[in-house]
Amino acid sequence: MLSIETPPVQTRRLTNGMTVVWQPMPWLRTASYTMWMPGGISAEIMGLSSDVDPVSRCGLASLTVEMVQRGAGPYSSRQFVAAEDNLGIDSNGSSSTSITGFSAAMPAGSLAPAIGLLADLVRRPHLPIDQFEDAKMMLRQEMLANQDEPTQRLIRRLRERQYGMALGRSGVASPLSLESLTMEDVRNFYTEHYHAGQSILAIAGNFDESQINDAIDAAFGDWKSGTWDGLPTPDPIDGHEHIELPSSQTHIGFSYDNIPYGHPEYFVMRAGIGILSDGMSSRLFDRVREKHGLCYSVWANTHSVPASTDREGNRIPAVGAVFGYAGTTPQRAQQTLDLTLHEIKHLCDDLEESELERWKVRIQSSLIMEQESANSRAGSIASDMFQIGRVMPTEELEQIIESITLDQIKDYFQSHTPESFRIVTIGPEPLAGGSVFDDSANNVEGSNHE
Amino acid sequence: MSEFRSVTLPNGLQVVADIDNRGYSAAIGYFVRAGARDENDAQSGLSHFLEHMMFKGTATRSAADVNRELDELGGQSNAYTSEEQTVYYAAVLPKYQRRMVDLLSDMMRPRLDADEFETERGVILEEIAKYEDQPPFGAFERVMECCYGPRGLGRRVLGTTQSIENMHVDTMRDYFSARYRPENMVLAASGNVNFDDLVEQAGEATATWSDLPVPSAFAADNKDVLPAGVDLNPRLEIPDATQAYRVTLSGGPSMASPDRFATRLLASIIGDDGGSRLFWDLIDTGRAEIATLWAQEYADTGALFSYLVCTPDEMDSNIRLMNEAIDLVVREGVKQDELDQVINRTVAGVIMSSERPSQRLFGLGSHWLSCQEYLSTDDLLDAYRRVDIEAIETAARSYLCCDATEVIASASDEPSLTS
Repeated sequence: MLSIETPPVQTRRLTNGMTVVWQPMPWLRTASYTMWMPGGISAEIMGLSSDVDPVSRCGLASLTVEMVQRGAGPYSSRQFVAAEDNLGIDSNGSSSTSITGFSAAMPAGSLAPAIGLLADLVRRPHLPIDQFEDAKMMLRQEMLANQDEPTQRLIRRLRERQYGMALGRSGVASPLSLESLTMEDVRNFYTEHYHAGQSILAIAGNFDESQINDAIDAAFGDWKSGTWDGLPTPDPIDGHEHIELPSSQTHIGFSYDNIPYGHPEYFVMRAGIGILSDGMSSRLFDRVREKHGLCYSVWANTHSVPASTDREGNRIPAVGAVFGYAGTTPQRAQQTLDLTLHEIKHLCDDLEESELERWKVRIQSSLIMEQESANSRAGSIASDMFQIGRVMPTEELEQIIESITLDQIKDYFQSHTPESFRIVTIGPEPLAGGSVFDDSANNVEGSNHE
Repeated sequence: MSEFRSVTLPNGLQVVADIDNRGYSAAIGYFVRAGARDENDAQSGLSHFLEHMMFKGTATRSAADVNRELDELGGQSNAYTSEEQTVYYAAVLPKYQRRMVDLLSDMMRPRLDADEFETERGVILEEIAKYEDQPPFGAFERVMECCYGPRGLGRRVLGTTQSIENMHVDTMRDYFSARYRPENMVLAASGNVNFDDLVEQAGEATATWSDLPVPSAFAADNKDVLPAGVDLNPRLEIPDATQAYRVTLSGGPSMASPDRFATRLLASIIGDDGGSRLFWDLIDTGRAEIATLWAQEYADTGALFSYLVCTPDEMDSNIRLMNEAIDLVVREGVKQDELDQVINRTVAGVIMSSERPSQRLFGLGSHWLSCQEYLSTDDLLDAYRRVDIEAIETAARSYLCCDATEVIASASDEPSLTS
């Protein structure tokens, strides 16, 4: 059993609802922050009246992030970038399904002024109307770029099918939204979703705790509070979809329902997915790529959406899914899909102790190596706090990982064998998905590759 | 601070390390002078194909054993191939140093089994197909081919579908014997490394490496014939592309040139992806999706690449804006506060990336293999801080005024070739 001696994670709550969570890493020369405000892409359509097309709001969260960065506090956008550059602050902002986030990494001495700059950004943006069209043009570029990336198109569409058009919504703009979004939409989105209520500010790295907490109080202590209307409930679209494209490869995406992070069996399930897809000796890499040479990329991973509470106080439970991908030339695509899904369904037929041991060492090594990066640590802390409401101490996580047994994984996957997959393909030809979608009805799948 | 040590073993293998025992991990890698520029036409893509085959088993380990042991040691491990080098590396907890050195060293003497070769050929062809589907749809390879010719530095790292389909396992075995000789390799390590142990173990593990048979000289290419699968048209037609993609290549300082620090900063001032002149002119205004400029150094020469992505109808006007931004720097130079800003940003980036042993490893191993020179983090910081306005202006006159090779990939022929 390894152990990592680190100062403990500490947490406090400001009266306006911001959770401040920090972990000193005094051996580093750097520091990082990650700030998350709930209400990301999904907030674009929460509470929207039924006569407004949700597509007309696509990209609003990103557009707001972009506008916020066009001048804030005493700085124009150029002056802001110069101030950050001169302090060595490498920062960025983005929106995901449930949050808008700003994060930065920097040399240790720059952390206190960086927090001041962050406060300028999220509390005092100029939102200059004369730059609105430029910002929209940036979104347009991003939308067009996305069209040229088949893998990204695939994953976007798969998320829509897995979670539904509301929860699975992508952050990319649409031609309609580029026509319809106004500066007033941006101002309203900013006013409603940029506030301290339920926000998280995570700090990791080499810093003086009292100095940084003072800087945080000065920067955010008197920020306004607010509420979050929670996340949409999933509304999946079953079945398969093929998008025709004259590409060199057929890009295959698949997904199925899964338990979310925070579930009592999460790590047992995650170990199974790790055996399936983490590392070069994992099932998918070894059996689909190495033994058959069918593809270059093949993987499966877990994804979680946290629980939330809606405006009426109803609890919306957390949800999860497994997403997977394989890219292969058209003539091998059917075999690749069949073999990949076969490996997932038959994971527990021949589990070996050594597979679990390898996965445990991987996780333990990555936990230790995370201590070399303030940036990844700050991100993990924020993520834990947002997903499960506390930061799991590294020692506790190590202990949970260490205690997982092969029998637990077998039991879990035997009672949770995925029965139906949502499949999206992009390429020259559609694949026969029906037989793999429900192979209890006919047994084509096994015979295809054995 | 870190400590640099180096030893050359009797067989010619060089062992170098940047040691910092305060770290949580150790990074270890073999750097091999085997890249696309070392290949002839029949060998096109072999350095990279061979990189894949190095994971496919040794005298004492099967392919599955190699992958399993890499995973058993926990850390991150991988390999990559460039025009000049092939690199195999791993970052592990210090307690696994010996086991990882044993495994990596064994991998450097692969089985090169004919059946595994056939299976892996499929994976390589998939990798080529994967990149054909991704922006900029082969424009980087094409601009190298057009600038340097389809051989030498211009040879494609992955090879072509034709060269891979026609590849024979014996061609690979001969290429291996020629390139993977100890005098052509560097074993580099960084972070929490036990150097004495590393040298002792490497000495034992590589004692017989010079016994490789020396293959007969490789055939010279017929310069009058294009290699199979290569096309030198600077216009790439991508039927379904939404955006247009433009890459240019012109000369720059080499890996050993003292100009390289000023040139990197010059390229940052003009074309970093945030806060640069091109960013404010083209990206912040929404005119282009990407507009960047960067320096790429090779052992004996260097390059300045520019990359522009926008809608096809805006390509011409964006090229003009880009050229104007570059001309302005040549004519009027840069301001001191602009230079200070980019130095501060660059120096912070060096400090941040130096924190991970795996990131220090690449600079150390690759630079040592090419130049037999060690630069500490502090040397690097000093080199950037010493750059003054005059050095930037000299670099601008030396490298921004020459003709560039241009390649455009797009769906239609809307953007005109302006070179």
